[in-house]
Order: sequence, then structure tokens, then C-alpha cells
Amino acid sequence: MAAAHTMFEKIWQRHVVVDRDDGYTLLYIDRHLMHDGSAAGFARLRERKMKLRRPDRGFATPDHYVLSNSRSIADIPDPHHRRLVEQIRQNTAESGVTLFDLGDERQGIAHVVGPEQGVTQPGLTLVCGDSHTSTHGALGALAFGIGSSEVAHVMATQCLWQRKPKAMRVTVDGALAAGVTAKDVILAIIAKIGTAGAVGHVIEYAGSAIRGLSVEGRLTVCNMSIEAGGRAGMVAPDDTTISYLEGRPFAPKGAAWDKAVAFWRTIPSDAGATFDRDVSLDAAAITPMVTWGTSPEDALPITGRIPEPSSAPDSAKKDSMQRALDYMGLVPGTPLEQVPVDRVFIGSCTNSRIEDLRAAAKVVDGRKAVIPSWVVAGSGLVKKQAEAEGLDKVFRAAGFEWREPGCSMCVGMNGDTGKPQQRIASTSNRNFIGRQGPGVRTHLVSPAMAAAAAVTGHFTDVRRLLG
Amino acid sequence: MEPFTTLEAVAIPIDQPNLDTDQIIPARFLGKPRDSQVKAVFHDLRYAPDGTPRPEFVMNQKGFAGARIVVAERNFACGSSRENAVTVMVDNGLRAFIAPSFGDIFFNNCFQNAALPVRLEAGRVAEIRAALHAAPGARIRIDLASQTVVGPDGRTDRFEIDSFRKDCLLKGVDEVNLTLGYEAEIAAFETKQRGEMSWL
Repeated sequence: MAAAHTMFEKIWQRHVVVDRDDGYTLLYIDRHLMHDGSAAGFARLRERKMKLRRPDRGFATPDHYVLSNSRSIADIPDPHHRRLVEQIRQNTAESGVTLFDLGDERQGIAHVVGPEQGVTQPGLTLVCGDSHTSTHGALGALAFGIGSSEVAHVMATQCLWQRKPKAMRVTVDGALAAGVTAKDVILAIIAKIGTAGAVGHVIEYAGSAIRGLSVEGRLTVCNMSIEAGGRAGMVAPDDTTISYLEGRPFAPKGAAWDKAVAFWRTIPSDAGATFDRDVSLDAAAITPMVTWGTSPEDALPITGRIPEPSSAPDSAKKDSMQRALDYMGLVPGTPLEQVPVDRVFIGSCTNSRIEDLRAAAKVVDGRKAVIPSWVVAGSGLVKKQAEAEGLDKVFRAAGFEWREPGCSMCVGMNGDTGKPQQRIASTSNRNFIGRQGPGVRTHLVSPAMAAAAAVTGHFTDVRRLLG
Repeated sequence: MEPFTTLEAVAIPIDQPNLDTDQIIPARFLGKPRDSQVKAVFHDLRYAPDGTPRPEFVMNQKGFAGARIVVAERNFACGSSRENAVTVMVDNGLRAFIAPSFGDIFFNNCFQNAALPVRLEAGRVAEIRAALHAAPGARIRIDLASQTVVGPDGRTDRFEIDSFRKDCLLKGVDEVNLTLGYEAEIAAFETKQRGEMSWL
């Protein structure tokens, strides 16, 4: 009988170009996504007087530095940032890489655009100079983030030197309660295993609750694998994945489609495949989550209270909790639902897809935002779809700002930042100190929970606003 | 690439666990020329919003001038893939990082910049940090060939490193050139893949 292999193992083996005796592998990269920050990679290539080995495997879209209130490059105030958005146009034109540029409805956040265009497919290796590349594993690809030197290395060789990571399985079985979404699932996972819980591992998310998620939901879960320390996150391709991909512009067509689907069916982990680590969660026990601190692992059910540093297991943990509470301006023991919020951001590669906007709009419909609130769709196509469904009208009628696609306030590189001490309910992925601007206090939540905060002015258990 | 062989230097202890790359270089300093980023290292940890140095941050304390080694807590440099987190420290003279664990992407990025990340057992790393706090300016010696760290207390610890990474650092190997030496294998892979996955 053939040995049982994990999905990760199968994809890895299929991409080995060279296995060295010292344990290092030259791994072939099928897809390389690029964004406005990839200019450094192109510059390094130019210094070496080299060309891209496989421009046909590259796909680019500006996202980090584009404005959310204008589509004009000329409006970007910082000349360095303006230059980066201009360079992606020049670099892709010269090299032959496919570009989804500003003004093209296909432009958006690279991790929204890849799956949406069918560039991301099961069984592929995919990299991008961005840590949230783990997102693409939702379709059964091996996808991970790299730095700018490795970006240049992939441009030059279409390969990367890698030591094979370990495999970890996170199983979430059971049914999610109403109002509990993919974002709550991944925050609950990170709260359980910690922000370094999966360092050195590729995570496979499994179990009935994961299988029950749409591709959009799976993208949200895989997106934050990096916040659990994981090298990558993956979900086995199934009927949901295949029907999502069918007809997308860069998905295979005709006979090639049938051949691809037959291959995709072979990718899931074999029964009996073993993982280096196994973790399980009960889906029914997951509630809407809110982070209280400055690490994504600082996540609690909305029904909880701000924790007491005195309850920490050791003095180092106590000190770090106290530092986080001081930065966040929170008093231990306060019920989370009594924490006032100053601002709301719905967007980012974690939660800016159509399903996210629908979930938020459902809560907002017929209510008014009582604090400044933004919606930044993940791509021009998501925005167009939302407008076709009238979601923009729901948000605008409630007083939300309906803005142009990009990374926006998740990382603030384009100038979309909060003010010091402002408390933001954000559907993004990182609540790090200063992430959304110096002194800004970020709380990570789902789109539905962000909408609930927008219409009440404080964290609110969205389950009470639904139904 | 410049080789990394040995390094004996003043070391700075940084006690926060999960210190993310946004703390090493905040996003607002990215997307600008590398030389303009040098002063941004640990910016918001070093300076209050009004620009005054924060006395509690170790780099602002006496005795740590000329440091070339950072001794950190678990999951050091987690978060974003920004390679600037490595280059901004390298440009400030910091070329070796000792911690119980690292963010995976940062760990890989170090090797692209002739910098060495060293994993040691958490208890020992805590001991070294305590010794550095007690005697600011104390030195650490790292020898890559023998895979050893001599702490400020004179104790020697051996660390593990992949032999591939070790050789590349010791010899200053340019990874792109190394890979180009495998052109025949890459071309063969591409031919095989064209047959198997013709839809790509």
C-alpha cells in the first residue's frame, strides 16, 4: 500500500527541482504575485542586469500605497510612494508581467485579486512579497510570504531555497452559531495556540466547520495563519473550491479544466496521513471575538471582560499584559461590551470580500453609524458587485464612507491612519502597537462585529442585533 | 554578499515577547530610500510622540553604544515580511540576533543580508538578557564555524543552524548565482511541468 501523504507534502514533492544532501530544497514557484512594494525586487534584478525568468507566471496590482479616496496617482502626496505606484506600471510593461492597474476594475488587494481572477489554484506554489500570502492556501495552494531579496530571487530563477516546514492540522468540527464567522474562527484558533503557535509549520485547516465555509471564509482563515506564526495555511480543495474557480478569467477552460479538476481531486491529504502536530476546536463553542491587546493572540469572546494582569501565570506575562493594557488604555475587569469605540474600518486582505460586505451591511441596514466608519472593498470587482447589490447604498445611508480598493487602514502606508489614542474596531489582521498609526488602539473583529460597533459606538455582541 | 564568520560585540537585551516588525521599523518609514530609514530603527520604542527619547528603552540607556548584537524574547520579529526589519538593524550595525524563536519570514530574510539569527533555549536567553541589563556594555562572542555563543558570563552555548545556511553565510554565497548553477535542473522541471500541468 502506498504511504499516506498530507496535502502539503504532495504539493511540496511536486515542486522539488533539487533536493540537496544538506536538507535544502530548490522549490519551483508557479505563481508570483507582485504589488507596489515589489519595486525593490525589480530594482535588484536591474542591478544584476537580469530579466524575469517567467513573466507569464507573474501578476501585479498596486495595493499598499494607493489612495482610498482617489484613483489618481498624481494625488498621492508622498513622492516616494507615488513613484512606487508609477513603477509597477513601468516594471510590468517592460517585463511582460500581467498588471491589474489603477483604473482597471480588476485592481485591488493582491490577496483578494489572485483568487478572484482564478490566478490562485489548487496544487500550486504561490509567493508574494507580503506576509499575508498565506491567504491563497484557502484554495489548496502552498502559498507563503517572502522578503524583497527572495522576491528578486523568484524573479530571476522562478525558484526558492527552502527547508521543508513541518505540517500541523487544526481541526474545527461542528456547526458555527449564527453571527459567528470565519474571522471569529481564526481569532479563536490564534487565542488557543498563540501567535507563535505554528512557527515552522504549514497549517492544514480541516473539519466540518472549515468544510462548511465558503471560499471567502476560508480565505479569511488562511489569511491569518501568519498571525499564528504559520509559514502557510491551507484548506483541501473540494466542490466548493472547484465551483468557485469555474469560469474565472485565469482558471483553465475546456479540456484543460477537466484535466485540472482531475488533478485537484488528488490533492487532499490521504486518509491516515500524519501531522507533526494536531489541534482541535469545537465550532459550537466559538463566539464572536474581539482582541483586547497588542498581539492577535489577545483575543476573547465578546461576552468576556478585559483580563487582569494579576491573573498571569508569571511575572514576564504580567508585565507584557500590563504594557498592552497601558497602550490600549483599558481597565482590567471592564466588560468588553462596555468599551467605547471611536472609529470603524471594514476592509483589508482578511475581510474585504463580497461576503464580508454583505455580513456588515446586514447589521447596518436600517441603522445609523454613530462613529466615523469606513468600508474599503478588496477589489474593484468586489466594489462593483456590492454596488450591484445595493450594499453601498446601505452603508452610505448609515453614514459610512464607501472608499476605493486597497490595503488602506490595515497598514496605513497610504496615509489612512487613525489619531493617537483613537480606538478602532478593525476587520484587519494585526493589532500591533502603532499598526494603524502612532498611538492608535486597534481591536480585531469580524465585519459583522465591526458593523455592530459602528451602529452602537461600543463593542456589541452582534448576535443581539441580528434576527 | 559579505561573509559572516565571527562577531564579538556589545549586545542589547530586548525583553518584549512577540516584538513585531512594525516595532522594528514602523510602516510609515517604508517605501523610502534605504539611507533615509536608518534613523527609524525601533523608532516608536525609542522615542515618545513628541520626539523625546524614552529612557526605559535599552538603546537610550548608557553603555549600549556600538552594539552589534540583539538578545530578544520569543517570536522575535514576527509579523510583516518587510525585509527592512533586517536591513534597518544591519544599517545600525546590528548583525546577529539571539532569541528562543523568530518570525519565519524575518528568519529567512536575515540570511539574505549577511545577518545571523541564533536560536537558543528560552531559559538561557533570559539569563543572557539579565546579565546584559546588569552590566550594560557587556560583550557576546559568536563563532559561526563552531556554532557557539560565548555569553557575557563566559559560558559557551552551542546553537543549531542548517548547514546550507551556515555555508552560505561563511562564504558569503550569492544565492541567485548559486541557483543559476542549477539551470539544467530548472529547465528540466519546466519541461516536465508543461506536460503534467499544461493549463498553467
